[in-house]
Formats: sequence, structure tokens, C-alpha cells
Amino acid sequence: MHEYGITQQIIQIASNQAKENDALIVTRITLVVGEYSGFIGHSIQMYFDVISKGTLCEGAILEVEHVKAKWRCPVCKIDFIRKPLSFACPECGQDGEPTKIGKEFYVKSIEIET
Amino acid sequence: MSGKEIEVVQNIHDENDRIAQEVNKKLNDAGVFVINVMGAPGAGKTSSIISIIQNNPDKQFYVIEGDIESDIDAVKLQELGIDTIQINTNGACHLDAPVIQSSLQGLKIDKPGILFIENIGNLVCPAEFQIGEHIKMLICSAAEGSDKPYKYPLAFEKADLILLTKCDLKEFVDFDDDFFYKGIRALNKTTPIFEVNAKNGQGFGEVTAWLKENNLT
Repeated sequence: MHEYGITQQIIQIASNQAKENDALIVTRITLVVGEYSGFIGHSIQMYFDVISKGTLCEGAILEVEHVKAKWRCPVCKIDFIRKPLSFACPECGQDGEPTKIGKEFYVKSIEIET
Repeated sequence: MSGKEIEVVQNIHDENDRIAQEVNKKLNDAGVFVINVMGAPGAGKTSSIISIIQNNPDKQFYVIEGDIESDIDAVKLQELGIDTIQINTNGACHLDAPVIQSSLQGLKIDKPGILFIENIGNLVCPAEFQIGEHIKMLICSAAEGSDKPYKYPLAFEKADLILLTKCDLKEFVDFDDDFFYKGIRALNKTTPIFEVNAKNGQGFGEVTAWLKENNLT
């Protein structure tokens, strides 16, 4: 159920952009999905195939760019991917702080036919 | 036909967030402070809500109970005289802003106060959706284990207030205080954390004091 409403939003965003650009159809939708956005590309695809029927987005390829979450070390100032059950910086061992990297969840672009 | 690529860069949560702002404004204008109560199933969300309300007998409270099924918690609250409505999501794993907006029609708000919105029992998805709240209160029980900040970091990062419930069970479940607090502080340097026990009321005086300090009760 989680991805159903979200997939409706994706189709709405893509369809609005397509109409503004006088598109006949949308052929591709590219999403950027961070690790901590909580969304699963496969599930969005499953709902997309059903919900997009009869819309400008029917038949479009759904492409998902995944982004791994990163932490920032307050000492070394480097961004790193954490190990399980730890937030420690791989360089100095200090706990890192959460960043925005990995929380992305947006429609990056669409491809249309006019 | 000819093809072209169009840059969009639009957040998929935009529509939800817009409605969340509407909900927040409406309630804020009515003098209602909204607390989104998040936590795993069985963490003690309803018991914590009841304990806070019973510690503040002169304050007006409202509750929206979110559950996948059943009205057990709503009935419990209503029997205590608390203005409560129930939302059943019938499978959906979190509440979102449109659901709260439509449910508000069923909640009679005639006085300023605090509205608790008890989210679906889940440590993942509720942290991702704004529902019109002023703050998020995370309920985490000792029985869940001290590794939860590391396994569900977003919920702890976004929490404005954390209650560690069933704290009398710590000694029985090898709860590692240092590990738990270290994990939270890596994610969230400032959020207050209170250890509570709804069975005997331990810790809820401190929660009430914090609410008072922040002019919420």
C-alpha cells in the first residue's frame, strides 16, 4: 500500500509537465530515490504499470537512480557510507552526523514525444 | 513525432507537504498544538498518551488514533473521557496529510489544546510523511532493544521528543544505555529523551515539566 499514493503523485507530476510541454506521450520518467526515502523502486514500478493506464504516462519507462545515505564526520569533514550498527567515521572513529544525501525523493526528468 | 527530455526536479512529497501545511495552519489558528506520535507496534504509544493526559487534568486534549484495523485504542481513550476519533487505514502503513485533513471533519475542536495523532505502529514510514504536526514524539520501548537508533535512524533523527518506555524492563532485556544514547546523539544532538514507565507513572512528571517549559500545557 505504501507506494500506491506516491505513484499517483509521480504520474500527476509527470503528466502536468507533459501537458505544459504539449506532449503526446511520456516515454521515460527518471526518479531519484534516496536510501532513506523509504521507497522501493520495484514497488513503484508495480503500481505504475497499473495506475498509468489511460494516462499520458502509460507505457513509459520508469528509471530509478538510487542514492546511498551518507554521514558527515565533524572532525575529518568527509562524507561516508556507514557500517551496520555504527555511525563511526572510517578515518577517525568519531560518530558522523546525518546529511541530506540519501533522503532524495523527486522526479528528476521526463522524456516526451511531441 | 519528436522526442525531448524535460528537467523536472520536483519533490514527490510536495502535494502531501502542502496539505500538511494547511492542516497545521488550521489547527494552529484554533490554538491546537499537534504532536505526531510515532513508534513500533506495542511500544506504548497509547499508554504514553494516556499518562501525559492524566498528568495534565486541566488541559484540553484531542486524539486521532491511527490503526490498520480495530478501534481498541480509541474506545479505551473515549472511556477515559478523552475526545478521540479513530482512523483505520485498512493496510496502509502510515498516516499522510490528506487522511488527517479529511478526518478532522469528524473531530469537534471547540477549545485550544493539544492534539495527539497516534500514527500507525511502524518505525519506518511515519517518519517520512508530514501530517500537519508541530512536533514528532517518538515512543521506543526498552523491550525493542538498544540498537533501534542504528536500525531505524530516520525516526530518531526526526524526533523532537523521545520517550523510552517500559524502562523497568531494561535489566531483563540487557538494554545497553550507552549504545542507545550514543546512537541517538549521533543522529540528533538536542532532542530531549525521557525514560518512562506507564505502569507506575515514572518519568511522566518530567515529560509534563518539559511540555510546560515549552508552553504546551
